[in-house]
Amino acid sequence: MKPPPFDYHAPTSVREAVEVLAEVGAHGKVLAGGQSLIPLLNMRIAAPAHLVDINRVAGLGEIRTDATGVRVGALVRHAAVERSAAASLAQPLLRQALKLVAHPVIRNRGTIVGSLVHADPAAELPAVLALLGGSVRLASTTGEREVAAADFFTGPMESATRPGELAVSAFFPAWDGGTKFLEVARRHGDYAMAGVAAAVRLDEDLRVTAAKVACVSVGPAPVVVDVTAACGGRPVASVEWGSVVAAVQDRIEPEADIHATADYRRHLTGVLVERAIKAAADV
Amino acid sequence: MYDITLIVNGVPREARVPARRLLSDCLRHDLGLTGTHVGCEHGVCGACTVLLDGEPVRSCLTFAVTVDGREITTVEGLATGGRLSPVQRAFAECHGLQCGFCTPGFLCTTTAFLRENPAPTDEEVLEGISGNLCRCTGYQNIVKSVHRAAELLAEEPS
Amino acid sequence: MTTKLFGEPVRRREDARLISGQGRYLDDLGQHALAAAFVRSPHAHARITGIDVDAALEVDGLVAIYTWEDLPEGVCEPLPLLIPHPALTHGRTAYPLAREVVRHVGEPIVMVVARDRYLAEDICSLIEVSYEFLKPVIGLEEAVSGAHLVHEDVPGNVGAHLVQEVPSADGRSAAEAIAAAPHTLSFRLDIERSASMPLEGKGVYARWDADDQSLRIYSSTQTSTSVRMALAAKLGLPLPKVEVIAPDVGGGFGVKIVHPWPEEVLVPWAARVLGQEIKWTEDRREHFIGSAHERAQVQHVQVGFDEAGRVLGLSVEILHDHGAYTHYGIIVPIITSTQLLGPYRIGAYRVEFSSIYTNTVQVTPYRGAGRPQAAFCMERTMDKIAQHLGLDRTEVRAANFIQPDQFPYDQGMIFQDGRPLIYDSGDYPESLRKLKDLIGWDDFPALRESARADGRRLGIGLGCYVEGTGVGPYEGGHIQITSDGRVHVSTGLTSQGQGHETVFAQIAATELGVPIDRVSVVTGDTRRFGYAVGTFASRAAVMSGNAIALACRKVREKALRVAADALEADPRDLEITDGVVHVVGAPAASIPLATVAVLSNPLRYAFDEEAKRATQFASTGGMDRPPVSEGEEPGLEGKDYYSPIRSTFASGMHAAIVETDPDTAEIRILRYAVVHDCGKMINPMLVEGQIHGGVAQGVGGALYEKMVYDDHGQLLNASFMDFLMPYATEIPHIETDHLETPSPLNPLGIKGAGEAGVIPVSAVIAAAIEDAEGLPIDRMPISPSDLHALRQGRGR
Repeated sequence: MKPPPFDYHAPTSVREAVEVLAEVGAHGKVLAGGQSLIPLLNMRIAAPAHLVDINRVAGLGEIRTDATGVRVGALVRHAAVERSAAASLAQPLLRQALKLVAHPVIRNRGTIVGSLVHADPAAELPAVLALLGGSVRLASTTGEREVAAADFFTGPMESATRPGELAVSAFFPAWDGGTKFLEVARRHGDYAMAGVAAAVRLDEDLRVTAAKVACVSVGPAPVVVDVTAACGGRPVASVEWGSVVAAVQDRIEPEADIHATADYRRHLTGVLVERAIKAAADV
Repeated sequence: MYDITLIVNGVPREARVPARRLLSDCLRHDLGLTGTHVGCEHGVCGACTVLLDGEPVRSCLTFAVTVDGREITTVEGLATGGRLSPVQRAFAECHGLQCGFCTPGFLCTTTAFLRENPAPTDEEVLEGISGNLCRCTGYQNIVKSVHRAAELLAEEPS
Repeated sequence: MTTKLFGEPVRRREDARLISGQGRYLDDLGQHALAAAFVRSPHAHARITGIDVDAALEVDGLVAIYTWEDLPEGVCEPLPLLIPHPALTHGRTAYPLAREVVRHVGEPIVMVVARDRYLAEDICSLIEVSYEFLKPVIGLEEAVSGAHLVHEDVPGNVGAHLVQEVPSADGRSAAEAIAAAPHTLSFRLDIERSASMPLEGKGVYARWDADDQSLRIYSSTQTSTSVRMALAAKLGLPLPKVEVIAPDVGGGFGVKIVHPWPEEVLVPWAARVLGQEIKWTEDRREHFIGSAHERAQVQHVQVGFDEAGRVLGLSVEILHDHGAYTHYGIIVPIITSTQLLGPYRIGAYRVEFSSIYTNTVQVTPYRGAGRPQAAFCMERTMDKIAQHLGLDRTEVRAANFIQPDQFPYDQGMIFQDGRPLIYDSGDYPESLRKLKDLIGWDDFPALRESARADGRRLGIGLGCYVEGTGVGPYEGGHIQITSDGRVHVSTGLTSQGQGHETVFAQIAATELGVPIDRVSVVTGDTRRFGYAVGTFASRAAVMSGNAIALACRKVREKALRVAADALEADPRDLEITDGVVHVVGAPAASIPLATVAVLSNPLRYAFDEEAKRATQFASTGGMDRPPVSEGEEPGLEGKDYYSPIRSTFASGMHAAIVETDPDTAEIRILRYAVVHDCGKMINPMLVEGQIHGGVAQGVGGALYEKMVYDDHGQLLNASFMDFLMPYATEIPHIETDHLETPSPLNPLGIKGAGEAGVIPVSAVIAAAIEDAEGLPIDRMPISPSDLHALRQGRGR
């Protein structure tokens, strides 16, 4: 299994990178961490004519954290955010989710932004971005645009990134409440059969004032459901979980594959919704 | 074709490679360092794991040209001054290998893992080696080897 | 035996090179060889209507393209059917390159030789093969219907059909015994496909020496001697002009015993034709679709038993899926049939199997080789009997055990080696006692209850097996002690990680009384040892171990004879310690083995100081006899063979405690216990390692691994992403205990240990899940999704 030939470009600035991308258009593919792309190349499932390696592009390796959230550059590896105390403090869901992304060695090389652009509906980071209402910044020769998560994930392995555009960073907003990411995978580190990221906010009397979930592996893109209403303004202990679960299950469209039936994914999502919201409320 | 220089096990090595040359193939076939093994070429088995600037990465999921100028450590570079590293010694002592094919990947992964976490719990060891497949040992003696390596490292004069 | 190394946990002598990156696996060799790659069928069943190579011819770096039409006589013929059997009435093997019809996805059609593998793959992608589609036959039941055929001339897709019937002591057939039994049960069991899946794929590297007109082949094989004979025959070369070497091999587990693979024939042939070194290194996708799988069976069971759970009659019908070809014959279903009875003495037994063609990758032995299916059948049967009668599952087993005083015990069948199925020794009640202690069988109900109080669901299960190991026909060992005092051991069978260099050195050091660091061992190199069978069926330690011990004894005897001459002593008064022959009780009267080696080879020409002692004018030997006496040979070397009358039978019992999540249906093994009896252990550390590895593969087969074919015959999970081999995080800690019931059949009293760990695991896990859930588990592997479906009452 050896990758097919391609023309290789190694720009050193964003400007240079977007110029190359503009030139090669739909025939070009961006190489950052390569942990999803290179397997596809090795198996010759993908065969782009041009590969634009951004590993030498300056200015894409930053993690910027403030009270509003965490912005990560396109060359920030999973492991870097996982290790960043500041990022974890500003948005704890990131570290929780990253621990579930493949294996440590893959996370040393894979990038956060790369995972988002890859837009695998079974992946954790798109769900996190979608749940938090984050965004991805796309650069091109004509400038930059910030695309909200809700508009960014357009289908399985499809994002709003256009030919000629380079995703230069992603922003994960802070959340003034509890969060939790839970999933069930066949093996540790595998893509989840179902997974749920939850964000919950309680008032002083521990009543749920806001609750939302993002579900993986049960639709063409992460499925975000606001279940605040279904929680009925009750304390977590007396929420009627049946209606919360139903509210989520109404929205998901799981499909069967060799690892799980659609019915099981639906069931599992329900179980994880309850567990994740409870755990998020517990924090 | 690209002329690249990799600092492999402390020694600058030059190679002339096409852009698509995987780092694993570059090490094995261009530089003759066949200790790094290739078990799947899609990043799952971990046999090809090497250290890139000290961090373990899959050499089958890295193009050689991308890491031009960087430092690579392979299994051949784990021993120092002719003495096997504590991790290597621990694997031999605890019967942490059988056919030996996956072993270089485990050794590189473990070397970096213990650098970051010198006294891991059982659970941390499992997580640390969770991206490496072994078909022979059932992992029990590998886990034992990692713990033993931690002990040996602690005894080493720093 | 003066240097006690046999039985000690000696550290492995292989490891020094393997932990430092100095191992030499197939792809590490031949750095300048040309690379081969193959165009393989993307279709499960099709007629080839054309092959267009025009676009490929433009690629710089192309050396050669071959299709079946290009192959000469010998090479172009179907691959050999390795193990013929009278019941295999419709055996079929593949051509090295497909001729007219392809019968599974992955079948090689075109061979490409190029400057490197990248280019070879580029060229393959430019070759266009056109096809006329034929209906693929997928799934056992579909195949048995015979509506469509895998091979036009094999009616009903039945390759083989075999019935074995063992009447009860009072002469009743199984059917009669079942009909007359107080209780009967009948049920169906299913096991899906898995595969050996060594981390190193197959590979071949061939060098033709035009000057010498000889061929050297390196192959990642479990049998170099047999590859050599097959290739000499196929290529029409004199046997002495062909050398085959198994270098370091990155795991085998059965798949590499099959030979010659198409690539193993084609690469050496092309190397000779082109006069250039060629290497083919199998990649992972090729291994999934171009090698072999195992396990898939459907079993229909009928059993009759009494109030105590004693089996009075057992009838099993097996449908065995052997894929598109029967290269390795029907060994797997034969083993299932004959090993099914395990440690039990039952009334009457009838077993019938049909081995069925499907348009899938061929089925050949994978560690356990039909026994995991056998144990699954028998142990599920025992559990169902216990449940039916409301008895403890261990009691039902105990009621059926062959007792220690009943050995040798004749099961009345013919085993996989064509010899009677007679168990040589064992102590099954003691094994069970140890297992119950180890897992805490009697304390489990309390544990279950306390877990239940916390909302947790636990179950316990056990499984027993007997494994025929060390099958013949023979292996040999050669020992040479050189004048530097070093001991060179060689044997023809190959190594894939078992630690043969260590255990064979332990045997030689113990037998010869020399320090182990003076012993070196070579396996799998036909230049060193030409006669051998191979490494499979847990046979290497038993076969080569005993052969080496016998050869050592010959050499020792000779060494003592020569030393006795030199010391003017009686050989019976001599012993060897630390490489020195000395008179018992008079240590001063001694002579190093190195010197004995010098004296054993009368010389005309001295090559060093020591050698002078053996030259013609230095000798003080008697003038009344020739320098080399009649019946003697020069040199301190010896060769012997071990050829057993029949197999020796190891045994074991496993138990597990599992937890199932009441909500998510996740399955976790909390504890796993093994009691194992492989006779005398040469190296207990390595035996444990074998068990750990076997259990891990068993856990893979029970909970994670299966080959998923769709209706078109596409293998949907032909990668490590979707074929779920367990990582460290999926394998429980394995607790072990041992029994050592020596085999009376061989000089060392040993039995094989290689496959044991894997055999009962599916049965054990199924039993434990069944116990936790109260649902029958009759199909393995089982995933959380499967368990969820069972809970919903929808089956699978």
